[in-house]
Amino acid sequence: MNAFAAIVARELKLAARGGADTLTLVLFFVMVGAVVPFAIGPDRTTLARLAPGIVWIAAFLAMLLGLDRLFRADEDDGTLLLLREARLPLEMSVAGKLVAHWLLTALPVLAASPLLAVLLAMDTASWGRTALALLLGTPALTAFGVIGAAVTVSLRRGGLLAPVLVLPLCIPVLIFGVAMVAAPGGSGAALLFLSALSLVSVAFCPFAAALALRLGSE
Amino acid sequence: MTIDSAAPKPNWFSRLAHPGNFMGWSRPVLWPLGIATALLFGLGLWFALFNSPADYQMGETVRIMYVHVPNAWLSQFVYGAMFVAALGTLVWRHPLADVAQKAAAPLGATFTALALFSGALWGRPTWGTFWEWDGRMTSTLVLLFIYLGIIALWRAFDDPLRAGRIVAVVTLVGALDIPVIKLSVDWWNTLHQPESILTASGPKMPGSILTPLFVMMAAFTLLFLLLQLVSMRTEILKRRAETLSRQAAARPA
Repeated sequence: MNAFAAIVARELKLAARGGADTLTLVLFFVMVGAVVPFAIGPDRTTLARLAPGIVWIAAFLAMLLGLDRLFRADEDDGTLLLLREARLPLEMSVAGKLVAHWLLTALPVLAASPLLAVLLAMDTASWGRTALALLLGTPALTAFGVIGAAVTVSLRRGGLLAPVLVLPLCIPVLIFGVAMVAAPGGSGAALLFLSALSLVSVAFCPFAAALALRLGSE
Repeated sequence: MTIDSAAPKPNWFSRLAHPGNFMGWSRPVLWPLGIATALLFGLGLWFALFNSPADYQMGETVRIMYVHVPNAWLSQFVYGAMFVAALGTLVWRHPLADVAQKAAAPLGATFTALALFSGALWGRPTWGTFWEWDGRMTSTLVLLFIYLGIIALWRAFDDPLRAGRIVAVVTLVGALDIPVIKLSVDWWNTLHQPESILTASGPKMPGSILTPLFVMMAAFTLLFLLLQLVSMRTEILKRRAETLSRQAAARPA
């Protein structure tokens, strides 16, 4: 458990000292959301109706954008090789990276969502539901993203490939996430589906990703 | 006693699946399989075009079904075949499973695209639109995206062995996710007619339509097997040619 915590702590320290990646991601998230009104017009009722979908799309894109940095630097400087040979199972290391990546991408996006809610004319209740849906759904997005990043890490030109592989697999998350926001009365089923999806994919992801990492280096 | 006789005797499947044996037995199979496919297509098309009734609502356009349904069936069947081949790659590290996976991906993508295309042509006169965001159509579209992603991944690797193993992981994850996608999309929106061949109370269509449909499905399935065998043979020959040219380059002049 110590080693697991150390991996999470290492990722967080790297992000805190290494640069403004997280801030860039938040900036990207807010900018995508803020660009939409220019495309569909500033009408407040239209915006309020579309806002949950826009927030979800912005979060979706922000999560995909951050994928490449998950394993890339570790692959380049040899850390991945050490993790593979370490006493801690590679699955646990991947799980640590999953937790750290969620803390570094989903949490900042979640924290920035009130800003987008104001810009897109959402009321408090609908923002609350969107934030809850993001909180429940982003673990699944991160889990699928980790698999995509692990599969493409041994490729030099894999930057665009991971999002292309991950996007279709993430469609259920988007469907249940938006459904949970859209239907206040009937949101129970969507909420349960979304939570189930997150739990199962987070439990399953470390094994698939670690398998891909091992196979990629043979 | 030699080492050879101590080793367990290979069963019929591993003998069939040995790449050298595969090249041996698959060549004489191709012609009969091709002829059987052509005959079934001839019979099926004759049934479909001349010897089956027009629908009382849809009229003659119902005949698109005889192309649409087999393609839709194959779009899922080929993914199943890829899933089995992926297991073969990951569990038994079988070289032929690799080749089967690689050959099946473009075939599956083509059948899926044809199912969408024929569905669009059928939807225009009957529903009045080429495309509708209905549950089944959407999940077929997502399936096409998954096929295309897998093909893109195959093409990104230089080393076919490593590519096969990595793609196998993606194929397995996709296979686990496809039922979830189907469930979520069905839940999201549904317009397409419900399942009408495999229901608990038997088929809901008259025999005059079912017979040509089954003949066409058999014909398309044989076509897939034929194309799969041909492209597997091509892939094996391609790998052999690459090995030979590498050996030739390594030899001192």
